[in-house]
Amino acid sequence: MTADEIGIVWLSIKVAAAAMAFALPPALATAWMLARGTFRGKGLLQAVVTLPLVLPPVVTGYALLAVFSPNATGGRFVEWLTGAPVAFTWKGAALAAAVMAFPVLVRPIRQALEAVDAGLEEAARTLGANRWRALATITLPLAAPGLLAGLVLGFAKALGEFGATITFVSSIPGETQTLSLAIYGLLQSVGGEGPAGRLMAFSVVLAVGAILASEALARRLPGGGR
Amino acid sequence: MSLEVGIIARAGGFEVRAAFSAGTGVTALFGRSGSGKTTILKAVAGLLRPAEGRIALAGRPLFDATAAIDLPPERRGVGFVFQDARLFPHMSVRANLDYGKSRGRGAPGFDAVVDMLGVEGLLDRRPATLSGGERQRVAIGRALLSGPDLLVMDEPLSSVDRARREDILPFLDRLRREARLPILLVTHEPDEILRLADSVVVVDGGWTTASGTVGEMFAGPELEAVFGRAERGSVLDGQVASVDEDGLATIDIGGARLELASAGLAAGRSVRLRIRAGDVALAVGAVDGLSVRNRIAATVVAIRAETGGPSAEIDLDFGGWRLLARITRRSAVELGLRPGLPVTALVKAVSVERAW
Repeated sequence: MTADEIGIVWLSIKVAAAAMAFALPPALATAWMLARGTFRGKGLLQAVVTLPLVLPPVVTGYALLAVFSPNATGGRFVEWLTGAPVAFTWKGAALAAAVMAFPVLVRPIRQALEAVDAGLEEAARTLGANRWRALATITLPLAAPGLLAGLVLGFAKALGEFGATITFVSSIPGETQTLSLAIYGLLQSVGGEGPAGRLMAFSVVLAVGAILASEALARRLPGGGR
Repeated sequence: MSLEVGIIARAGGFEVRAAFSAGTGVTALFGRSGSGKTTILKAVAGLLRPAEGRIALAGRPLFDATAAIDLPPERRGVGFVFQDARLFPHMSVRANLDYGKSRGRGAPGFDAVVDMLGVEGLLDRRPATLSGGERQRVAIGRALLSGPDLLVMDEPLSSVDRARREDILPFLDRLRREARLPILLVTHEPDEILRLADSVVVVDGGWTTASGTVGEMFAGPELEAVFGRAERGSVLDGQVASVDEDGLATIDIGGARLELASAGLAAGRSVRLRIRAGDVALAVGAVDGLSVRNRIAATVVAIRAETGGPSAEIDLDFGGWRLLARITRRSAVELGLRPGLPVTALVKAVSVERAW
C-alpha cells in the first residue's frame, strides 16, 4: 500500500470512530426514551430517528449543508463554538457519518434496553440506588452486548457512508476523502482499478475485523454469558 | 416503629383503597390473587404513585398527596422482596448482597445475615445457578443488608415449589424472631399467616376490609369467606412449661395450661397453637372419667347459631384468650348455654396443632 492509501484508511477509521463517539450519547438517550418512555409523540420520535435510513443520502447531505455551511446559522454557531468550520472538514465527514449511522446505532441499543427487565431497576431503586446508579450498574451492563452490536453496525455504516458525505463535505483528499469516496474517485480515473481493488480489500478486512472484535468482546461482557 | 397507610391508588383500571397500620412484627396482607395486595406494597415502596392519601413510616411521611410529598424508592428505606426474587443476573450472589450496603444505615452485619439465611456456600455463584428457594433467600438477605426501616415481602414463597417451601420457612421464622423491624408480608396461604404473622390485614376487591391479630382473625367471621369454615378456630401463643417423658408437653398460655405432643419441643420455647373450632367440645358442670387431656375453664361470650344448618359457634373467653367452639345447635340448647355461663372446653391433646 502506498502512503496515500494508508492515509485514506486512517482517515476513514478516524472519521468513523469520531462519528460513533459523537452519536453514542444521543443514541443512548434516544434508545432509552423509545424503550422505556411513555410520552406523547413517541411515534414521531421513532419516525425522525428512522429518517436518515429512508431518505436519499444526498438529501440528508444537502440538509446538513443547508444547516452547517459556513454562512448558515448552524455553521456560524459551530464556528463560534469551536473556532473552526465544520463543512468541508473531516469533522463534517464525521457529522455526516454520525447522522447516517444514527438509526443503525439506535435500533439494537433500544432492543437491548427493552430486553432488560424493568423489575431489576425497581429492585435496585428499593436497595437505595437512584435512577442514574440503577442505569449505570444494572441496565447498561445488561444491555452491553446490544450496545456493542449497535456500535459495530454503526461503525461499519459510518465507514461506508458515501452520499451524504460527498454532498456535505465533498471529496477533499487528505481531509474528507474516506474509503468509499476514494474508491469511487479511483474508479472514475484511468488505471485506478488496481489501487481501488486494494482499498476495497482493505475495507472488507476492516468490516470483518470489527465484527470479530465485537464478538470476542461480547463474550467477556458481564451480560454476555447469560 | 410503625407504618401508617391510608391511600387510594389506581392501577390498570382497578382501584385500591387501603387503610391500615403495621407495627413491629409481621403483618400479613391477606386476600385472593388479584385483590390488590401487590399494588399496596408497591405504593408503600414508592414503585407506584397513589392518587390520594398518605403513607408514613415511623412518623416520617413517605407520601402525602396534599403536602405534595412523594419520596423516590431509594429514599424510603423500604426493603422489597419480590415474588420473583429479581436478583441481578450479571452479578455474583456476594455482589447482589452488597448492592444495597452503600445505604448502610443501621444495616445488620453481612456475616450475621449470611449465617441467618444459610447462603454462605452460595456467595461466589451466579443467580442463574441457584434454585428458587436459594434465590429467594439471597433476595431476602439483599433487602436486609440495605438496612431498611421496613421490609415488605410479596408472596416470597409462591415462586418456590411446594416441596422447597420447607427450606425457606425456617429462615423466615428466624427473620421474624431476630430482625427488629416491621415486616409486611403479602400472602394468600392461611398456613403462612399461622406460621409467620402476628397480625392480619384482609384485602378484598382492592379494599382493606378488616384487620386484627392472627388470633382474632382466625376466630372472627372476616376470613371465613376466604378460608372456608374448616380453617376457623383459635390461635394461641404460649411457652413450653415442661416436656414430659411420656411424649407430652405442657404449654403455658397466660395461666391456662394445654398439653400436646412434645415432638421437637424444649422447655422455654415459645409456640403458637391452633385449635380448630370443630375440635372443641363443651361441658357444663363437673367433668369426670374422660380421656380428653385438655380441660379449659372458660366463659361463654357469645353464641351464633347457623342459619339453616345444624351447628352453632360459641365464643369463649379464658384468661383473656379467645377460644372458638363449634357444636350442634341442639347441644347448645340442651346445655342451656348463654353468655356469662362458665363451661369447660375439652380439647384432645392430639387435636392441638402447632404452627411453630
